[in-house]
Amino acid sequence: MSSDASVWQRAREPGAAKLSARVVVRAALVLAAAALLVALPLLVDDYVLSAILVPLLALSLAGIGQNLVTGYAGQLFVGAAAFMSVGAFAAYDVHLYLPSTPLLATFAAGGLVAAATGALFGLPSLRIRGFYLVVSTLAAQFFVEWLFTKVGWFSGNSSSGVITAPPLRIAGVSFSSPGGHYWLSLLIVAPLTLAAHNLVRGRIGRGWMAVRDMETAAAVVGVPVRASKLLAFAIGSFYCGVAGALWAFAYLGTVEPHGFDLDRSFQILFIVILGGLGSVAGTFLGAAFIVLFPIALDQAVAAVAGRSVDPGLLQNLEKVLFGALVILLLAKQPAGLARLVEIAWIRARRFAARYAPRSRS
Amino acid sequence: MTTTPSALHGSSPGSSPDSGSPPGPGQPPDSLLDVRRVSLAFDGIHALDDVSFEVRRGEVCALIGPNGAGKSSMLNVVSGLYAAQQGEVRFEGQVLSGARELSRRGIARTFQNIALFRGMTVLENVALGSDFRARSTFLEQALRVGRAPREERRARDEAEVIIQLLDIAGHRDDVVGRLPYGLQKRVELARALSARPKLLLLDEPMAGMTFDEKRDMCRYLMDAHEKLGTTLVLIEHDLGVVMDLSDHVIVLDYGRKIADGSPEAVRADAAVVRAYVGSFET
Ligand SMILES: Nc1ncnc2c1ncn2[C@@H]1O[C@H](COP(=O)(O)OP(=O)(O)OP(=O)(O)O)[C@@H](O)[C@H]1O
Ligand SMILES: [Mg+2]
Repeated sequence: MSSDASVWQRAREPGAAKLSARVVVRAALVLAAAALLVALPLLVDDYVLSAILVPLLALSLAGIGQNLVTGYAGQLFVGAAAFMSVGAFAAYDVHLYLPSTPLLATFAAGGLVAAATGALFGLPSLRIRGFYLVVSTLAAQFFVEWLFTKVGWFSGNSSSGVITAPPLRIAGVSFSSPGGHYWLSLLIVAPLTLAAHNLVRGRIGRGWMAVRDMETAAAVVGVPVRASKLLAFAIGSFYCGVAGALWAFAYLGTVEPHGFDLDRSFQILFIVILGGLGSVAGTFLGAAFIVLFPIALDQAVAAVAGRSVDPGLLQNLEKVLFGALVILLLAKQPAGLARLVEIAWIRARRFAARYAPRSRS
Repeated sequence: MTTTPSALHGSSPGSSPDSGSPPGPGQPPDSLLDVRRVSLAFDGIHALDDVSFEVRRGEVCALIGPNGAGKSSMLNVVSGLYAAQQGEVRFEGQVLSGARELSRRGIARTFQNIALFRGMTVLENVALGSDFRARSTFLEQALRVGRAPREERRARDEAEVIIQLLDIAGHRDDVVGRLPYGLQKRVELARALSARPKLLLLDEPMAGMTFDEKRDMCRYLMDAHEKLGTTLVLIEHDLGVVMDLSDHVIVLDYGRKIADGSPEAVRADAAVVRAYVGSFET
């Protein structure tokens, strides 16, 4: 403790905080971005809010959940939609059977029930990995879909089969307008994104990545491998669960099991692969791509061919083009959109650094 | 635990290490690692056959022997990755049971085929070495409250110290998988050292290195040994390095221990010379 103290202290200087101009600029940028996000409903129309931004936020949140499990902890799984479904139904049931529960608490309950379910279906990851794990996690997908279709209790035994989402009110304030849906989504997604960022940048995230990269070495340096895996499944499913509740309450306005089918699970997986495995920010890029691509294509086709295109044909065209684009992207940049943007950013800075001084002189 | 340099080299006047008579009925006070009659077999192949030895606190102990002698197997048994069919391993008098408790007990290791976390940066790899000390819960970390921020700063500061000691500051934020081999070996040592282990097990830390890289690595190892008071057990094929660095040499051949003693004694041992035909002449 005493003889080596000087050695341990020597390198404190480089770690010492420097409150430079760069930090101030960064803080200003973050604040500006936050202000823009909050003010967005004043700038865009209702269609953009309810058809683009709200689903984008919900899918991003689910994508973060998938990314924590697959991108960070390295556990391949298909079935994010199952946990979205669990979250949506659990939140709905809490509202249904305990009507006085505040809205945000129903979201939290949805997340927690999904987390418990996720940890349960994550148990096989302690024994198996890779392809076999994918197959075993698919069990969750089919079981959950079956459960919510067959057992009427979860949908309140409604005779019409249509479930109406609860009114969106927090402390007496209504969030029922398109802008309200967006703000509610932002209110939930922003802090959870920050929390995910904190987790992956700290010890837990390092432990996950260590398990992903080399399990034996992880155990040797003292990472609790099994606990890390289960925690990843639990937290990832929590995110999926809250996302599912958000999707149902704020986007669809209804809860139904078939909206959370295998297609949705693959969509979430694509978001993560496209955006970048092991990148929280990339998840948003991936989600934006998934949400915007069909809309952009629709508009492009409409602009070129007029309004007379057969919707079936358009859908097929969309699938083909989407597939081609995904293959192209992953062939060129396997690390996904996050890396692509990062590279572009570095180039832009290099470019700026090269030309800025000259223009000033 | 304050260790003085003289104690590190096992030459403190109080205990004569070669006398072989422990002061009490239990362990000699300076015995750190005690391997007792360990046997290990893989489908009939005897990787280790009734091997016993002791490593004293503060010494540099070399484990040598021809290819396939069982050296790596020995380290894997000590670190709990292989379960010996017979025998036991004691560390500070307590039985070691499994890889999971290794870091907490004060043991770190490196691997013959580098076992780094390839997708992470140098800093993250090194920080992982000391993360086992942290106590904050995932909620504290998610919200950056309580112990989490303090522990994170500490982990990064400590990683930084080791990074400076091993001259890899220039690569702090590089992804480890893209670094050249020699640097990866050094990062792996850094990760092990950041745990501030009492015992460091090194499986061929200099294999495949150039002369200059080897010389640097020797210096880093001796730095760690002297400044941090770490006891070293290292597997090494370069006998020049072994004779230079170590206080104590153990020779394995076909899974059996064939010699155990000071470098000079081992060098003169007939069985060792036979196992290493001609190697000592250089
Ligand atoms: N996991 C394993 N499965 C089967 N056999 C093994 C395993 N690990 C080691 N062995 C066998 O045990 C014997 C000792 O191997 P070990 O790797 O311990 O030798 P070593 O002394 O480290 O050799 P080298 O100098 O080549 O690294 C060899 O015959 C090897 O084939
Ligand atoms: Mg070996």
